[in-house]
Amino acid sequence: MTDHNKRVDEATGTNLVGHEWDGIEELDTPLPRWWVYIFAATVVFAAGYVVAYPSFPDVAGGTGWSSRGQLDEALQAQTSARAPVVTAIAATPIEQLTANPQLMRSAIEGGRAAFKVNCVQCHGSGAAGSKGYPNLNDDDWLWGGDITSIHTTLVHGIRSPGSEETRFSQMPAFADILSKGQISALVNHVRAISGQGKPSAAGAQLFAENCASCHGPEGKGMREQGAPNLTDGIWLYGGDRASLTQTIAKARYGVMPHWATRLDPATVKMLAAYVHSLGGGEANPAPAPAETAAAPTGETNVGS
Amino acid sequence: MSALDLINPTSGLYRKREPVFPRVVKGRFRQLKWAVMVFCLAVYYITPWIRWDRGAYAPDQAVLVDLANRRFYMFDIEIWPQEFYYVAGLLIMAGIGLFLVTSAVGRAWCGFACPQTVWTDLFQHVERWIDGDRNAQLKLNNAPWTAGKLGRRLSKWSIWLVIAMATGGAWIFYFSDAPTLASQFLSGDAPFVAYATVAVLTFTTFSLGGFMREQVCIYMCPWPRIQTAMLDEKSLIVTYRDWRGEPRTQGVKKAAAAGEKVGDCIDCNACVSVCPTGVDIRQGPQLGCINCALCIDACDEVMGKLNRPRGLIDYLNLDDEKHERAGGAARPILKTLLRPRTLIYFGIWCAIGVAMLFTLGERARLTIDSAQDRNPVVVTMSDGQVRNGWTIKMRNMEGRPRSVELTMAGLPQGRMWTDAMDRKDAARSVRLNLAADATTRLHLYVAAPAGPAGETPFALVARPLDATPGTKDGREAARDIKFIRQ
Repeated sequence: MTDHNKRVDEATGTNLVGHEWDGIEELDTPLPRWWVYIFAATVVFAAGYVVAYPSFPDVAGGTGWSSRGQLDEALQAQTSARAPVVTAIAATPIEQLTANPQLMRSAIEGGRAAFKVNCVQCHGSGAAGSKGYPNLNDDDWLWGGDITSIHTTLVHGIRSPGSEETRFSQMPAFADILSKGQISALVNHVRAISGQGKPSAAGAQLFAENCASCHGPEGKGMREQGAPNLTDGIWLYGGDRASLTQTIAKARYGVMPHWATRLDPATVKMLAAYVHSLGGGEANPAPAPAETAAAPTGETNVGS
Repeated sequence: MSALDLINPTSGLYRKREPVFPRVVKGRFRQLKWAVMVFCLAVYYITPWIRWDRGAYAPDQAVLVDLANRRFYMFDIEIWPQEFYYVAGLLIMAGIGLFLVTSAVGRAWCGFACPQTVWTDLFQHVERWIDGDRNAQLKLNNAPWTAGKLGRRLSKWSIWLVIAMATGGAWIFYFSDAPTLASQFLSGDAPFVAYATVAVLTFTTFSLGGFMREQVCIYMCPWPRIQTAMLDEKSLIVTYRDWRGEPRTQGVKKAAAAGEKVGDCIDCNACVSVCPTGVDIRQGPQLGCINCALCIDACDEVMGKLNRPRGLIDYLNLDDEKHERAGGAARPILKTLLRPRTLIYFGIWCAIGVAMLFTLGERARLTIDSAQDRNPVVVTMSDGQVRNGWTIKMRNMEGRPRSVELTMAGLPQGRMWTDAMDRKDAARSVRLNLAADATTRLHLYVAAPAGPAGETPFALVARPLDATPGTKDGREAARDIKFIRQ
């Protein structure tokens, strides 16, 4: 050690470091000995840490710990923590789910997550839908808005190829059946019953002959057929003249996939609970004998 | 440089701790120190055991930091996390209090109330009780390791350990129901974090109070630096009246007979031997001095025996020191304590305290918060009306369940319903039962006839049904929101 510049501070008797800022100098105060011990201990700890934990790329630590493994464990722990609830949801018949508020709440939250993965592509992240894809927040349901009906739609889909029991109906394309003038009259009538235009006697006549069998004599729709209510303010494909003309002339054939073969039963139930919770869910119908197994009129089931 | 140099105290790079064996001392500041110590320890150990009846829906512990349920209880005050600014206010009061205390009485915190000081003091009493006073301790320290020394050391460390464990043990009771946790702790059923906390605090109390002592004040603690920076020429600090004491003389009579000038200091080293941090106050104000005033007691005792006036070492501020050094008469201590700076600090401190107490008394115990649905904002219903939705959070901060009526003010054609209701029951108001001391969360829908795009402001008003309107208890909570049409 060289001692050329070693100077001593008079007041304290301590060596000066040698740096000076505007006349202020730094004392070379010795460290306390325990401080040195702790420093040595941290060096030893660091050596052990380097060996025990992953410290170099592609080299596993002695303990085998990894952040990826920790994430796996956390996910595993979550899954097992959730298992009893998922099992309970799977074991609960769908029509009884709404009667159990606590289970329902869990199902809604689970459905919210599953919806983000499986449904937002068509229905949108807020389930608000878009043209051709129904808004699930409203109270207008083509095939029924109680949780059991929603569940059936989810399980079997709508016009879903590959599902035997899929919900099925087919609106005819009237371009081959009616003339342009007749279609125009029908459009007038549909706009009239939905409060958008003046009544048309010819249209009413045509409606009674061609449409009432599915949409009902007043055009209020028929859920057994998936036939939409034409008198309300909600249009899946639009209620303006052009859209209505196209719908009547060319028909529509929207498809919703069946989820029975893609998701496990508990997840499908959770999705049904979530959709039911969005603000338009209806109460389960009273257990009436009317609930015969879905017997779609579509005898020409193209899906089979 | 060899490895040995690292721990060689003579190398100058590193300094070995010089053990301090403070002698026992009696006097008024020692009495004060005793009183402060008993008070502080009593507050610390007893507080969690005080019970406070809050009814069936809240814990009955007077002071409780309930981290799991995010509630802080202090006697009649209950703080929710969003009211944490009261704690911030307390911290500001603590800061102003620090300014006040420091500007008036210097490092009094360090000398009397700091936990490091209190527990070190306690440990030193144990040390004296086992090993004897300073001289016996010095002798024992230098003695070889015999069975007797080992026995004394082990019994001293055992008592320290018990105190340390009690210290850590008391801490956890502030965070959970004390009697329950105590029995769980003893039967081994307490949560791991309780044992870990006690273990850490036992270790720190044992090592900091037993072995590190003044090293904490000199090397670890930022407080002395902060306080030193806050002292001014009017702050009381422990001062040696060197103009009176010097030249210090050991053989006073002989020196006086020889006609030498003699100061009051007889260089008996009493002030040094009683010092818990091992400093010599006669060298002037220094970082190591925690202003515990024990040297004042020691010196007063000696001066008394010599029939000299007390106060050779005394609390004195720098201004008065200059004044006295120049031959002026001692000034009354109240002139130091009561001066504009301390009075202003005290005023600010009181103002914040009073303001906090006032707002605590006036704060709302029923609040309503809302977040409007954003995706989608507007839903067209089959009857042509449009619907908006809100996530509503109603906080009932009272320790009892409450029933409220939520009413729409404005939007005359609107009707509302909750996610627990059916739309056909929609109305202008809904009744809600709010759980005690909890947030009730619900989804609220409002439907109104369609119209031109735009926003219609209205308000949700929550009116308690279980209290008289106009009283503090019956105060309404309101929230301004907007109905949106697109």
